[in-house]
Amino acid sequence: MSGTIRLTDIDPRDIAAARSRYPRAFNASQNDRLIRWGIGLGLLGYLIYLHWLFEFERIFSGLPKLWVIVRLMLDWSGFAEWDHAELVHAMLETVAMAYLGTMLAVVLAVPLGFLGARDVIPGRVFRFFTRRLFDGCRGLDQLIWALVFVRAMGLGPIAGIMAIAVAETGVLAKLFAEAIENTDRREIEGISSTGAGFIAGLRYGILPQVLPVLISQALYSVESNSREATILGLVGAGGIGLRLSDRIQINAWDQAAYIIVLILITVSIIDTISKTLRMRLIGAPPASR
Amino acid sequence: MTAIDPVTDPAYQLFQQRFGALRRSRQTETALTAAVAVLLFVIAAIWTDFAPARIAEGLPRIDEYFGKMFSIEPSRGAAPIPVLSLSHLFGGVKEPQSVAYWFYRIDVYLVLLWQTVQMAIVATVMGFTGAFALSFVASRNLVTNRLIVFLARRLLEVLRTIPQVVLAFILVWPFGIGPLAGILAIGIHTTGALGKLFSELNENADMKAVDGIRSVGGTWIARIRYGIVPRVLPGFLSYALLRFEINVRSSTIIGFVGAGGIGQELKRVIGFNIYEEISAMCILILLIVVIIDLGSERLRHRFIGQMSGGTA
Repeated sequence: MSGTIRLTDIDPRDIAAARSRYPRAFNASQNDRLIRWGIGLGLLGYLIYLHWLFEFERIFSGLPKLWVIVRLMLDWSGFAEWDHAELVHAMLETVAMAYLGTMLAVVLAVPLGFLGARDVIPGRVFRFFTRRLFDGCRGLDQLIWALVFVRAMGLGPIAGIMAIAVAETGVLAKLFAEAIENTDRREIEGISSTGAGFIAGLRYGILPQVLPVLISQALYSVESNSREATILGLVGAGGIGLRLSDRIQINAWDQAAYIIVLILITVSIIDTISKTLRMRLIGAPPASR
Repeated sequence: MTAIDPVTDPAYQLFQQRFGALRRSRQTETALTAAVAVLLFVIAAIWTDFAPARIAEGLPRIDEYFGKMFSIEPSRGAAPIPVLSLSHLFGGVKEPQSVAYWFYRIDVYLVLLWQTVQMAIVATVMGFTGAFALSFVASRNLVTNRLIVFLARRLLEVLRTIPQVVLAFILVWPFGIGPLAGILAIGIHTTGALGKLFSELNENADMKAVDGIRSVGGTWIARIRYGIVPRVLPGFLSYALLRFEINVRSSTIIGFVGAGGIGQELKRVIGFNIYEEISAMCILILLIVVIIDLGSERLRHRFIGQMSGGTA
């Protein structure tokens, strides 16, 4: 025989023999089954607990009301009477907030990034504290900062700008510090070998290497912050979010939908601009597609 | 060998000329970019009334506010003292300047933090499920009908571009104040964000297994189940964990519009100017965010390790 097994040749005794020889190939062992049941029951219990915690049945009772809102949102018959000038002004204000906040953050983050980098200041303790400072700034969401700044400085875009600046400083400073640590040390050595001082080493050794990263990251931040800035108004920090929350509170759903569409359009325009600019400045090929 | 006179050598002069021209053009370009950036800054500052005088007026108030956040009034009208001091650090709840006094409502915070994390978990699972289902339809290599791919992609795009806080604000209306609206908002956003990443993973997956299953007559579902899913699942899970970190952050703030979690309480505390509680809650939020980031980073490295054995 050439090793071929025909189905008709197998008789029940062979099967029984195989079963007793390799029990785990045919059936999960008692232990495995117990563990599986345990996991299953645990998940079921967790699901029941979550149901108790969050009252999922409200999804179904809320759906009719959601449908009413969606219908109201799609009815744009009063389009001509809406205050377009105010909304566009607020939208531009939002973009301006994002730009100002990010630029302030860049101005603050560049020196902080240098201070936080291992290459520039080798002290471990100092570096630990700068890093924790960055973590503290970026660990709290912009909206929390906005709420705090609204209480401290009053309603309006300035609170939003400050919130963006503080939160973004933490993000950018950390990224800059990492970019600086990842630079090639040999360039600085080459420059200091010609007798250049510390500052010249930073300027000609490190800066040219990190500048593309810096600019690209700053542009990306403008982009993502203009998305974030649209919601800062919900807590009173100016911009389009303030108008959106007004409209939702007075149940003007049609205008709320219009504002959301405005936001989506603006965000996509900024995305495109920032993408082209980044590509031009860095000359990098598109990441995907 | 004759020495080259740098002044008269034509090659050298050409080099100098070209170098100078390049340098000048680069300098003008840099100056122009900087000028545009500054100009935009000024325009934006005028547009938002971001005047130096107002900043100068506001800065002391910020300083004062943050000072108050880290100080307490031991009794009404008494002079404020720092919230902590070394001599009282481990005192009881009744003793001012101790940790226990500062965090005297820690039981409430912990319950809310637990709720917040649960919200993030449920929303991530919800988003993962939705994204999992939609990602295969949105992959060009798995669906031949271009229209379906296009529609699925646009749907995912809309889901992820609507800010989730706005979504929560809207959903609070039909689903009532409470965590449910927040979960739905974060879940919808997660679906959009993960769906895009998942479909990109699908498109980069090796198609040989799919072709093999097709050749033995496997259905579309079978091709995906046995051809694609085993290959992309570690990547999916790694992205989902990354998203979970982001969702924990989001669920801490989604309460600002009444959608549950610790944000609701934080907004109340900030609104009533209970300064020492603001700082206590912010510290707790920071802690939980850092802990979850670290934990999920470890898990993610395990998944990425599995992934590198397969595709990457």
